Amino acid sequence: MKIHIKNGRVIDPKHGIDAVQDIFIAKGKIVAIGEAPSEFHASRVIDAQSLIICPGLVDLSVRLREPGLEYKATLESEMGAAVAGGVTSFACPPDTDPPLDEPGLVEMLKHRAKSLNQAHVYPIGALTQGLKGERLTEMAELNDAGCVVFGQPDGLLPNLRVLMQAMRYASTFGFSVWLRPQEISLTSDGVAHDGEVATRLGLPTVPVCAETIALSNIILLAKETGVRVHLCRVSSAEGLSMIRAAKQQGLLMTCDVTINHLHLSDMDIGFFDSNCHMMPPLRASSDRDALRNGLLDGTIDAICSDHAPVDEDAKLLPFGQSEIGTTGVELLLPLTFKWGIEMRLPLLKVLARITSDPAEILGIDAGHLSIGKAADICIFDPESYWKVMPSAILSQGKNTPFLGMELPGKIKYTLVNGHIVYEH
Amino acid sequence: MINRNPQLDENGMLRHLLTTEGLPASILLHILDTAESFVGVTERDVKKIPLLRGKSIFNLFFEPSTRTRTTFEIAAKRLSADVINLNIAVSAQSKGEALLDTVNNLSAMNADMFIVRHAQSGAAHLIAKHVRSDIRVINAGDGSHAHPTQALLDMFTIRRYKRDFRNLRVAIIGDILHSRVARSQIHALTTLGVPELRVIAPKTLLPKMVERLGVHVYHDMTKGLKDIDVLMMLRLQNERMKGANLPSPEEYFKYYGLTPEKLSLARPDAIVMHPGPMNRGVEIDSAVADGKQSVILPQVTFGIAVRMAVMSILAGN
Repeated sequence: MKIHIKNGRVIDPKHGIDAVQDIFIAKGKIVAIGEAPSEFHASRVIDAQSLIICPGLVDLSVRLREPGLEYKATLESEMGAAVAGGVTSFACPPDTDPPLDEPGLVEMLKHRAKSLNQAHVYPIGALTQGLKGERLTEMAELNDAGCVVFGQPDGLLPNLRVLMQAMRYASTFGFSVWLRPQEISLTSDGVAHDGEVATRLGLPTVPVCAETIALSNIILLAKETGVRVHLCRVSSAEGLSMIRAAKQQGLLMTCDVTINHLHLSDMDIGFFDSNCHMMPPLRASSDRDALRNGLLDGTIDAICSDHAPVDEDAKLLPFGQSEIGTTGVELLLPLTFKWGIEMRLPLLKVLARITSDPAEILGIDAGHLSIGKAADICIFDPESYWKVMPSAILSQGKNTPFLGMELPGKIKYTLVNGHIVYEH
Repeated sequence: MINRNPQLDENGMLRHLLTTEGLPASILLHILDTAESFVGVTERDVKKIPLLRGKSIFNLFFEPSTRTRTTFEIAAKRLSADVINLNIAVSAQSKGEALLDTVNNLSAMNADMFIVRHAQSGAAHLIAKHVRSDIRVINAGDGSHAHPTQALLDMFTIRRYKRDFRNLRVAIIGDILHSRVARSQIHALTTLGVPELRVIAPKTLLPKMVERLGVHVYHDMTKGLKDIDVLMMLRLQNERMKGANLPSPEEYFKYYGLTPEKLSLARPDAIVMHPGPMNRGVEIDSAVADGKQSVILPQVTFGIAVRMAVMSILAGN
């Protein structure tokens, strides 16, 4: 199929392009940007007048809930949700049931995902067997099966000796290790940030030092082992300044923040809104402001949705018993865009945080528009506001604190390998 | 994200009683005034009045309790309501039924009011948000969050003995961190205009930024009790006496237990309160608990009148 996308404003952060240009696609690849190649006869013309054309988005954390947790969501529903959000490549965490710790499981997931012909799925391999933090996984084998990076899920860092050895082993093969800094022994039954809101609501807390102590361990072990570390979901101002200092010392390290932590604080818990039950917890508004600025100055490299669909019943419980997680892959663009508008930033800079920057962290050839490369493209209307309603979300999980809010940026088309996989 | 106070209706009237936080002084005082009229009833030979005749009140206790459940039951019966006690800790929940399923089933049995106790903070809010609009919810204690009727009966007791809240020095002593009673007392006392409110506890039993609730923090009983008019003791749960929060009940008693010597540091006419059940020799010495400054038993008596008042106001009387 040959596609001609015309009249749109092309924004490609990697190449620094922001201009009205036409894009020509054939055989799944971009064949020209600007002038049409000779003898190009489009079978489909997309008029992108007043729309923005950017690389397909790259999301560093999308849970498909397969294998094992299909009652929460299925591969079909969540792959559909991803492309409805303009996301064409994403990493999925290993915290499935069973965890992604065996090549067979990873191959199965890759195969199932591929057969749907939608976004590209990059499984994060489990760093330890069963994610138990005791024994290393067969990382090289898992890499052959399709795992590009290795990690532990939320709040389950192995003990320091195992962690150090796992990092060493990963660095042997040049794999990067993804970790969310949280010291378990300081977390126990905590569900909210240790601040005034939790004090008022009588909720058990997760103090900031649970993040900073783990961060300090990870940073020291990264220096010791030389492994490339990606820090997932930083949540506090204090944690952020430690990362800033480590980066200034020249440590090769990246980090991300979620769309939730970029816009919300513990105040949003209100009267026990279980949609705000997430890990790390929403912290103080001063932390949120620091994260927004950290993203601007490059201490934070990327924004992710941390998509975690939860079935409705699991949220209809008292706050502390409700299941952790928010749906978000369809909100990645609108909430990133909103941050850009509020910070008065050029779109080139804003979109880099959900295209070229995360692609680089994941180590994949995506997140840019290049001739001869796969036509993974997102086309959205920057002027269109839409209301976040359960009916407007394709994901099986409707759990988000943003329900009822009007957000800017409506996805119009998503293309993967030159196929239109979503059209609104 | 509409954050209207869920316990008030659109006219600002009390619809549920979930917490004392955010309730205006007028509502608190209305409850106390209504309770005054019921104190007489509880002292009569015939202790029943027909205000809630025909109403079904469900005691929904997801956490074991004898005292609070009993006082609610007595209060409801004195108002002529039908009371159904459900000890859910050992029935539906152990069969894995979800909280809201239990509530919906009971709603279908034509309940008019739920009195809820639950180990999780926010449980009463959750139920109030999802019940039929004609059902009223009273929070009888949720996790470490709130226990508003306890705080109201404490306010009633203070007013009985001290008359005016606006010239009092009050100290709350003990495990503030885990206490729903303390939180509800703090909000009620600050709303009613107490000019000086102190909390006294070791640092392991204080929540972060507690001073933002309007209290002065003390770690030393000798300093904290000086010039105090009202001492509100808190219960220390058994499981918190030894371990990471405190080394031993003996050390706690030595430094934070209320003895006659420590009580003598407060004003001579100070009153001593405790929500019960007491750990004698841990947070309070028997000589104080049974002494002439103790108003612990009157608290229990007033508790019935206060709960009658809350129920009758919520039922629209």
